[in-house]
Amino acid sequence: MPQTLSEKVWERHVVHRAEAEPDLLYVDLHLIHEVTSPQAFDGLRVHGRRVRRADLTVATMDHNVPTAPGPEDPISARQMEALARNCEEFGIMLFPTGHPGQGIVHVIGPQMGLTQPGLLIVCGDSHTSTHGAFGALAIGIGTSEVEHVLATQTLPQKRPGTLAVTVEGDLPHGVTAKDVILGIIARIGTGGGVGHIIEYRGSAIRSLSMEGRMTVCNMSIEGGARAGMVAPDDTTFAYLEGRPQAPKGSDWDRALDEWRSLATDPDAMFDEEVVIDAARLTSYVSWGTNPGQTVSIDDAVPDPASLEDATKRESAERALAYMGLEPGTAIRDIRPDTVFIGSCTNSRISDLREAAAVLHGRRVREGLRAMVVPGSMLVKVQAEKEGLDQVFKAAGFEWRDAGCSMCLAMNPDKLSPGERCASTSNRNFEGRQGRGGRTHLVSPAVAAATAVAGHFCTPADLGVDLARED
Amino acid sequence: MEPVTTITGTALPLDRSDVDTDQIVSAESLKRIERTGFGPFLFAEWRKDPGFVLNDLRFAGASILIAGPNFGCGSSREHAPWALEDAGFRAILAPSFADIFRNNCYKIGLLPVELPVEVVRRVMDAVLRDPTLQITVDLGARRVTGPGVDEVFEIDDFTRWRLLEGLDDIGLTLRHGDAIDAYEITRSEWLPRIRT
Repeated sequence: MPQTLSEKVWERHVVHRAEAEPDLLYVDLHLIHEVTSPQAFDGLRVHGRRVRRADLTVATMDHNVPTAPGPEDPISARQMEALARNCEEFGIMLFPTGHPGQGIVHVIGPQMGLTQPGLLIVCGDSHTSTHGAFGALAIGIGTSEVEHVLATQTLPQKRPGTLAVTVEGDLPHGVTAKDVILGIIARIGTGGGVGHIIEYRGSAIRSLSMEGRMTVCNMSIEGGARAGMVAPDDTTFAYLEGRPQAPKGSDWDRALDEWRSLATDPDAMFDEEVVIDAARLTSYVSWGTNPGQTVSIDDAVPDPASLEDATKRESAERALAYMGLEPGTAIRDIRPDTVFIGSCTNSRISDLREAAAVLHGRRVREGLRAMVVPGSMLVKVQAEKEGLDQVFKAAGFEWRDAGCSMCLAMNPDKLSPGERCASTSNRNFEGRQGRGGRTHLVSPAVAAATAVAGHFCTPADLGVDLARED
Repeated sequence: MEPVTTITGTALPLDRSDVDTDQIVSAESLKRIERTGFGPFLFAEWRKDPGFVLNDLRFAGASILIAGPNFGCGSSREHAPWALEDAGFRAILAPSFADIFRNNCYKIGLLPVELPVEVVRRVMDAVLRDPTLQITVDLGARRVTGPGVDEVFEIDDFTRWRLLEGLDDIGLTLRHGDAIDAYEITRSEWLPRIRT
């Protein structure tokens, strides 16, 4: 029977299957970090259990690491110490702060070549969907499930439905991967993917780089999906070849054979399908307090009164009150106080190149705070090799160490109440970037252009042709 | 885990959609490394508003939360169900739940109950009119009853059985230890392994 990509990966991981039970799936790679693991390790100790496969488990510190020198927050430090202690006790490889391999969990996995097609990957973090860009099935889990995977290397799961999101055609000039996923979420809504694994398909998706595909898959959870995937192809293989943890020699050839068999069969059926015309996508800016509340940069803040659905109308009214915005305000007239470039959505080298291309020879608008937080220390080193740090610093951006930083404000990088931020991160929830902070989600290109202009705008508005500067 | 059978109590009407886990418990309070004590952090920001429903003493002591669609979206933090549990909630009625949140609830014996949007609306309105109304969620019968509501809900047989018996998921999986051993032998040699 013809199968989709996600069905093939699922079937290859079934350890035990019985009528009226969830499938028991084998986990190939378990990524852990300091925030969602301490209680899981405590659970193991309480029951006298060991970590079944420390060799399939990797840990990093990312969520609350400081990204600039300064006094250490003792509560954050305690959490990081707990992770170090747990990794030591259970023999797990850890990338602590100060290690050259440290970084955001969803940046370092792909960077090391650990994230590979066809794997089942889990992490106690909802943005685990990022790894689906390689054709892996990557699922975000809670702390009880983290404990379950540590103890058994398996996870009981009910099989989700399949949703094809097909983006067909050529992306308009200046439209980036971030815009593709913001456009998709604006279309399907925050609950559009609930109970489903999304497979992103179509020529516009195929045309994206691996880092672009990671940006798209990263925000699958913002559409409510269980996971997001892209079928592996030559772009995937070229990215992986030669990375430290990728297969080598004859193993590489065996792996390739396996990986090439993963793509959705031509006559396989999806439970649901959404088709999007790439030519109609544009640069997007979120205006509300969930990622579905997003419009084109050419539009204005919507009027809640125009929404027919009562729930959506009330939600929009609340969002506008929180965001301090009036209906009808042109998006380009909104003026952020802060620009944040970073997070597991947009902190990879191509994101930094995209932003630096806009900032080259330009200055951040007077009075505006701007910072870049690379996704990993290796991304930071690479960017410095390319001189991107100099471009950012000359423009007036702060150049930080790697971490999650202002995406969720667990470290000192926070917005103040009422402070408005153009952010390349993934969530614009109330208080997400600091109590009372107001977040607008954008691409790195729009974030950089906005930093220069002092109001939302695109590189084209500044006369920058990104394609040429690449 | 304590067995979950029948939950009877008053309800708290939280008439909002897309309530994300950042609102249920903010990132700042995730720095604790303990499993308990998250109740005081529940909806901490919204509670600063004296008019917020959780500050309304008429609803004090509620054990059932009623909310709008897509409840628990966003971050995978299990701290959100922990906070709800610690604050005394045993069940949540909503038109829909985010997947990870629902799974996390099942793991700790907090019962997410999905009901048609019009049923949730009716119960929400009834409770807003009379906060003393008693609602019963009967897991064994898969049924929610109360004034103006008598509705069956869906839950898969396995999860229902596990909750009714109060069984530990890890213990259940370890019964399949032989199957896990057998699967491991079939895994390709070239699959990634981390060498410390």
